[in-house]
Amino acid sequence: MTPKHADLAEQFITDEPRTNWHDETLWFVREKRDKAVHGIPEWEDLREWGSQIKNHSLSNLSQYLKEFEEKATANGIQIHWAATGEEHNQIIHKIIQKNNIQRIVKSKSMLTEECHLNDYLEHRGIEVVDSDLGERIVQFRKEAPSHIVLPAIHLKKQDVSETFHEHLNTEKGNNDPQYLTEAARGHLRDKFVESELSITGVNFAIAETGGFVVCTNEGNADMGAHSAAVHIACMGFEKIIPKAEHLAVFLRLLARSATGQPITTFSSHFQKPRDGQEMHIVIVDNGRSTQLGREDFRNSLKCIRCAACFNTCPVYRRSGGHSYHTSTAGPIGSILNPNLDMKANSDLPFASTLCGSCTNVCPVKINIHEQLWKWRQEIVKNGYVDTTKKIGMNGMAVLFSYPAIYRLTGKIGRWVMRVVPFITNNQLNPWYKQREMPKPPKESFRDWYKKNGNSQKN
Amino acid sequence: MKVALFIPCYIDQFYPNVGIASLQLLEKLGCDVSFPLEQTCCGQPMANSGFASLSKGCDANFVKNFRGFDYIVAPSGSCVLHVKEHLHDDKNPLEAEKIRNSVYELTEFLTDILKVKNINARFPFKVGLHNSCHGQRMLNLSSMSERVLPAFSKPQDLLNMVQDIQLIKPKRNDECCGFGGTFCVFEEAVSVKMGKDRISEHQANDVDYITGVDSSCLMHLEGILNRQGNKIKTIHIAEILNSSL
Repeated sequence: MTPKHADLAEQFITDEPRTNWHDETLWFVREKRDKAVHGIPEWEDLREWGSQIKNHSLSNLSQYLKEFEEKATANGIQIHWAATGEEHNQIIHKIIQKNNIQRIVKSKSMLTEECHLNDYLEHRGIEVVDSDLGERIVQFRKEAPSHIVLPAIHLKKQDVSETFHEHLNTEKGNNDPQYLTEAARGHLRDKFVESELSITGVNFAIAETGGFVVCTNEGNADMGAHSAAVHIACMGFEKIIPKAEHLAVFLRLLARSATGQPITTFSSHFQKPRDGQEMHIVIVDNGRSTQLGREDFRNSLKCIRCAACFNTCPVYRRSGGHSYHTSTAGPIGSILNPNLDMKANSDLPFASTLCGSCTNVCPVKINIHEQLWKWRQEIVKNGYVDTTKKIGMNGMAVLFSYPAIYRLTGKIGRWVMRVVPFITNNQLNPWYKQREMPKPPKESFRDWYKKNGNSQKN
Repeated sequence: MKVALFIPCYIDQFYPNVGIASLQLLEKLGCDVSFPLEQTCCGQPMANSGFASLSKGCDANFVKNFRGFDYIVAPSGSCVLHVKEHLHDDKNPLEAEKIRNSVYELTEFLTDILKVKNINARFPFKVGLHNSCHGQRMLNLSSMSERVLPAFSKPQDLLNMVQDIQLIKPKRNDECCGFGGTFCVFEEAVSVKMGKDRISEHQANDVDYITGVDSSCLMHLEGILNRQGNKIKTIHIAEILNSSL
């Protein structure tokens, strides 16, 4: 059984100084985002435009995907369609086999994480080198990325130093970021030069032109794509936007929301293969059409993967990405993942206080907290809920439907808490573990009101 | 103006003083206030846990109690939000709709309906204001740091009318305290960590009290403060606005 968010989060918090550090680091990014967006008076308009363009695209998806396929094919790009993650992996595997390729670099792509591409290829004896620095670090450690923009944000420089000492033979105990980055740079340069095939993600695919845009801060997607003979770009079908001019909205929204930068350092436009190069695009469904068909949740497909909702989420900051046990963590992951596997991810919509910060930070106005609420209803309806919780909630429903029962229970409850407090004040009560119980008064407000309320008015 | 006072279940049972202060405050400001005696709960604990389907009886009871008033006012943003968004009654759909449209959180009722400009209250202490999420982000009681909009705060405007009060904002002005309804027990570790972090920011400001528009957030913070043996106290905003120390 998949471990639950609450338990994994509890483990994470055991190391409180590290939790504080994690929280503060991500809050620093959130503050950078605030500075960047509060400098733009039209920010709320931009969000609205981004949201509308995505709404429009999702409503006319088949038309735009068809247009994209036609234009891209005419440009000399080979288009592949994958219904599932497995199919996506098979398509890539075939291209690798056909070209008899040994050396592969891959830039950041949450889709390939979602499809578990690295594992799939590794089982078939093919190694893929992740070329994003953070992803390379977690790849060395055989961990999953804990954040979709900052994959190694859960690690401190000491951790990176140890990892590089083990895998890149760097000096033990040298925690200097400059030194460590240079070591990684040298290592990755070799991989780029040797690579025969490059896999990248897609941030935006433009129907009008048949081209696509990949955004990175390290330029690693470009280094891979420009040196390899074969370039495969993987995209979920929701990455489509109608026109090139719409990029003006999204490129402004993306980097500001993600890291507080005005624009990503590299926003590379790929239009067609260069002479002698093969270029492929794998367009993936993998549950997206199901989500598109769920009216309450289709909005989640507007996501541009900026991770602003991660950085703002007070739960994510204190529980770490791995506590979400899925490729996409955080608030957005909590509304995307139940679509992929409702049972295994039934805990995720509950890993939120419904504070709503995610919804308001979202650059494309996804109503994340409302969808979390709706997933909870859906999960209970489908029976993926603990029996004890179910019994408790049924009891509560009776309690609040009958005023006399509510009052009697309240009275008894307060009496118990006053007279025999150990019944509630024990370690079996999760409230009491680290919090005192409220001090129960002798009379409820209603009791007081019956005695004093009316006389006061007269 | 016929106003019904809605006192959420846990305030009724654990914090009668908040109910008393709300009632007295509204009466002082000239409202004709009734407390419907058969009220229980808004149904939020079930709905936020995924069991909205079980709240029918609770909803029907709510409608039975609160029909026929001009306004319904409660000292809790979270419960008001729940009623506004989710109250339904198949037998009385129109009454339910009317209630959804006439339910107010106490401070928004004071600023938007009563348009209070003066409050005869004195509270000579250092007070940290906790922005409760549902009130702030969903009832729009105050602006939020996520959005690029002019800054405002209804609770703060009211507190500024109180004599001798010293209001101090925490560093992260609008971060959640971690209560979150049943979240506080099912995600105990994160919930408490969030509460501890909220407290330490207020502590850095050396406040005497933490106040807010939701007793639920305050109950959670109070539980941690008391366990810590911390001298900071919690107090609902209604108690400050009704105070004449």
